[in-house]
This record gives sequence, C-alpha cells and structure tokens, in this order.
Amino acid sequence: MTTLLSEPRIGMEATPQRPEGDGRRSSRPSRVNVGPKERDVSMAAGAIVALQGLSRRTLPGLIEAAVGGFLIYRGATGQCAAYEALGLDTYHVDGRAPADEIAEKGVHVEQSMLIQKPAEELYRFWRNLENLPRIMTHLESVTRTDERRTHWVITTGKLGLRLEWDAEVTADEPNTRIAWRSLPGSQVDTVGEVRFEKAPGNRGTYVHAVMSYVPPAGKLGHVLAWLVNETPQQQMRDDLRNFKRLMEVGEILTTVGQPRGTCTGTGKYQEKL
Amino acid sequence: MKAVTWCAPYKVSVENVPDPKIINRRDAIVRITSTCICGSDLHLYDGCIPFMKPGDVMGHEPMGVVEEVGPDVDKNKIKKGDRVVVPFPIACGACFFCQRGLTSCCDNTNPKAYLGDHVLGQPTAGIYGYSHLTGGFAGGQAQFLRTPLADVNLQKLPEDLEDHQVVFLSDIFPTGYMAVQHCNPQPDDTVAIWGCGPVGQFAIRSAFLLKAAKVIAIDDGKRVPSRLKMARDAGAITIDFSEEYVYERLLELTGGIGPDICVDAVGMEAHGYSPDALYDKIKNLTMLETDRPKVIRQAIHCCRKGGTVSIIGVYGGLSDKIPTGALMNKGLTIKTGQCHVHRYVPELLDHIRHRRIDPSFVVTHRLPLSQAVEGYKMFRFRQDECVKIVLDPAA
Repeated sequence: MTTLLSEPRIGMEATPQRPEGDGRRSSRPSRVNVGPKERDVSMAAGAIVALQGLSRRTLPGLIEAAVGGFLIYRGATGQCAAYEALGLDTYHVDGRAPADEIAEKGVHVEQSMLIQKPAEELYRFWRNLENLPRIMTHLESVTRTDERRTHWVITTGKLGLRLEWDAEVTADEPNTRIAWRSLPGSQVDTVGEVRFEKAPGNRGTYVHAVMSYVPPAGKLGHVLAWLVNETPQQQMRDDLRNFKRLMEVGEILTTVGQPRGTCTGTGKYQEKL
Repeated sequence: MKAVTWCAPYKVSVENVPDPKIINRRDAIVRITSTCICGSDLHLYDGCIPFMKPGDVMGHEPMGVVEEVGPDVDKNKIKKGDRVVVPFPIACGACFFCQRGLTSCCDNTNPKAYLGDHVLGQPTAGIYGYSHLTGGFAGGQAQFLRTPLADVNLQKLPEDLEDHQVVFLSDIFPTGYMAVQHCNPQPDDTVAIWGCGPVGQFAIRSAFLLKAAKVIAIDDGKRVPSRLKMARDAGAITIDFSEEYVYERLLELTGGIGPDICVDAVGMEAHGYSPDALYDKIKNLTMLETDRPKVIRQAIHCCRKGGTVSIIGVYGGLSDKIPTGALMNKGLTIKTGQCHVHRYVPELLDHIRHRRIDPSFVVTHRLPLSQAVEGYKMFRFRQDECVKIVLDPAA
C-alpha cells in the first residue's frame, strides 16, 4: 500500500498544473487549502477559544465562541473561506496534495477478487473508465474529458454528499495494470490502481484493486463514514463483486422490486391448534 | 397473489401480496402448482435463523409451470409453458464453485453477500425465502415465484409424473441423497441416520439406492413413532432413543466397530433426554449458544474409526462441546453442505422414472396454501403424525 504511494511513477508523471478552462471550481470554497499541521493547531486553538467564549456568557463572549467555531471548522475540514478569498494555500505543494499526506492521513483500501475470465476481457472493461458506474454503487458518472483525463462524480450514500474531481490515467499497461490519480485542485485527493494477475490453472484472473484518498473532511469524514456503516473496505469488496457478477454472469442480481407482505406482531409458542 | 409470509418467531400468515415481476433480464416467472413446508422452514418459524424480516415471503420447495421469461433467457433451455422444479439454491453456472458442481456455494447469486462476509467468512448462494443472509429472495410458498437466471436454475420435468413424485427434487430428495452420496458409500457399508423427518426418510432410501449393506435410523419413538415406522417400511433397522441407548445399539449392530457413515439429518434444534441435551437447552435459553449440536456429538462418538460424519441438517450459528478429541484421534472425515441440488436432479429423476423410488411416500398432508398457518403448527409440533406437508396454491 505505502509502497504504491511512494512509487515515483504515480503522480510524478502528471502535469502539476490545474486543468485549463476549469472555471467551476474557483467559485466554490470547497477544496482543502489548509496544511495538515495548521489544521491541528486550528482545531486545538478553536476549541480553547470557543470554550472560553461560551463560559463568559456575554455578547462579546458569543462572538469569541463563533470565531472558535470557525477555527474548528477549518481545522476539521481543511477548508478556509478566508484563504480562498485571499488566494492563500498552505496545503498544496506545487499545486497538488503532498504524497505523504495521502499516505499519512488518507484512507487505504485494498481488495482482491477471483474472476473466471481472462485478463484481456477484464482489462477491456476497465480500460474505459466510463464503465465504472455500472459496478460502483456510489459512483454517479465518469466522463472522459480527453485522452487521459476523466471527470468523476460520486454521491456518498447515506451522508448525501456529492463530490466531483478530475483524474488522469498515470499508467496503462495492456491486460496488466491501470492506474489513475486525481488532478490538483480536486475536492478529493485520490490515487488508485487495478491489476490483473493470471490465477493458477484455469481459475481465471485475480483482480487486485488498490485505492487511497483523503476524505473531504479529513479524519472527521472518515469517522462519519464509519458511523453510518459504510466502511471503504466493504464498499470496495461489494463493488469488485459487482464487477465479478457482471463479467461472469452478465447481470447483477437484485431483489429490489420483489413482492413482500406487511404482517408484523409477535407470535407465541403454541402447541394446540 | 396469495403468499406465506414470516411475521415474527412462531407467527406466519397468508397474505395478499403483489404479483412478482421480471426484474433481471434472465428471470422467469413460475406459476406454482405444488410447494412444500420444509423442516428447515421450522428453524425460521422458531426464530433460530437471524436476518429474517417481517413480511418476507417464505418457502424454497416449489414446482410449477413457466408463465413468463425475461428477454435474455436462453429459449432453447427454458420457455413459457415448461413444467419445472425449482432447486432451492440459486446458481449462476459460471463461477468457480458452480463449475465444480458446488451450486449452493455459488459466488454470484447472493445480493446481500456482505452479510455472508461477516457471518460466514464468505457468502453462499442465494436461497428462496430463507433469510437475508442468503439474499432475501422472495420464497415459493406463493402462487407465483420469480426465479433468477432461469435457464441455469429451472429443471425441466416430464409430463407423465405426478407433482408429488417430483416436487421433492427441489430440496429434500437431493439433500437426503447427497447426505449419503458425498460420503462415497461402499457396498458393505453400514449407514446410520439421525432424524427420521423428511430428509432422513430420503437419506434412508438413498442409502439403499446407493447399495449400502445396512441402514440404521434413529429418532424419538415417544414423539414421532410413525416416522420410525416409515423408516422400517423402507427396510431400515430403527433405534428409538427414548427407550434405547444409541451408542450401545449401534455397536451391537456393527460388531463393535461403529457405523461407517453417520448422517446428521436433524440440525440445530436437536432435542434429547441426555445431560448434554439439557446443557444445550440451558445455554440456548441464556443465549450462550445458538445451535444444539447433540447429534454431531453423538455421531462423532459412535462413528467407526476412519469413518465419515455427514452433516446435512441445518446449523445457523455457534456450537459448544464438540468432541474434537474423538474427531481427531479416530481419523474421521466430516462432509457437510447445503445440497448442490442442480448436480443431482438428472440422476434422481432417472431413479424416479425407472420406479426405483416413488418420493410421494413421504406426503402425509396436502393442504391448500390458505391453510399454511395450520400446516406450520401441525408440522412444528408433530401433530397428526405429520411428516411432510404439500401446499396447493390453486386451492
């Protein structure tokens, strides 16, 4: 996992500039622009200031508490509207999230799945990343913007968040491996790859998927995801399973829309008719 | 349509629910002509299987006539009007497990596979009407049933056989058959079968079909004397554990070496009069154990050295005090599994057609679907010498 992240070829091949003509993003102060250390300080200071303010029980105290709240918010989310307005950014180095930041603070997910199909066929599906919403539950769309770049949109289940980012393919080895990484200025910093390894005999192919990302609200976002019971590991396993179902069977079985009754109540142990 | 639904432990009802529709492209809709209450449905009735939800349609032993097929169903295999039996596990026919004939372990047919990840380590196949752990598919105790991947799952039947002769190909006949067959029986073998319920009855007859030399059937003569009689009718020697010591009798019948094959056709809700049965009851009531593995213990204890213990009765959770010392030192083999029905249907149909067995012997009650609630009670509490109930959805 960490070896993947420290591999220089991921990310380093990418051009460190913001994508041209991407005007949507500047209007929205939603990307991370506060550096990791500064976020910790902001959280701690915010907590002290807010508590102090609240304990005063006066109008200036309330204002002080509000300032503390703002500091906590920017610490928790890593997003600062003031920095955005001033064009400041203590997070991105050369326009992108530091690689060790994803390694340290990111969520790492890795899953494997045996699929009874040759690697060529499986690779063909992934080669077109626009296919991914068919197997990934939370992925709303992937749209190709040019030869190497794609625009991703996810809606995260019960949390109801909607996130978008641009990614580019950083490696494409036919029938073996595809890797991608989000472009600088994304709402989510993420790297991912899928590898196809021939399984022994006629067992088909081992598909290994690896993904790392910094959740939009940092550790807090990760904890929130845990609370609503959507662990990224299980999510990736379910998504890979959908891939397996689609490749092996041709369809993904569902029980949504089948009949069911309405009865409830409690029964009792009753020997007599 | 009318369907049997699970409401709560000890409560089922017959409700009007919407008719099933084609949902996936390889689905078919089957109009059910006969459907049965299975002994394993009683585990649901008792609330022993987790992940049941109020309103779930029950039943996994149906047969009927294909009413409608989805656009991607292979018409050379299944078409409208075919008379079919529906195997209880849903197979995909394409995965690692299906290709090796382990259809009840199919990797692709359980939409709620994540539950299996947590509870079992790996998920097993989808099963009709058998909790959300096996996919939460609506079951076959209904007038119509949606059957996914119809061209792989539905098994065509000849027209000249009665429903009662073929409906048990959905579960209990193959299950009883596999219980003995997967132990690789030899012509001089003695097979001991715990439990003379429907699966046990088929295991007894299958042991004879598979040329076992001697078959011994074990059950409670106080509660179910008619089942022991049914076993004797098939040629088995019976042991009534309410009056006899099973271990002593089995040794006596095998010259002291024990049975070569020991089949557990009882499962998680075994009862008995021995101290360990009481122990299980207490641990059940205090929620320290989910299953009551009395039969597994006794089978391991009685089985001959190097013999095979076959567990075909359903277990759901965790068990205590399994005699691992005997299991290991006697060099036993354990064979288990939900039945891989698809694999056995052709050869069992052949046995039926050549009149080597007539499965309708097991039917003691035929009820209209609307009386399913009474049927469940009668079967659960062993009333009216009940062995097997077939429900008629048209009546």
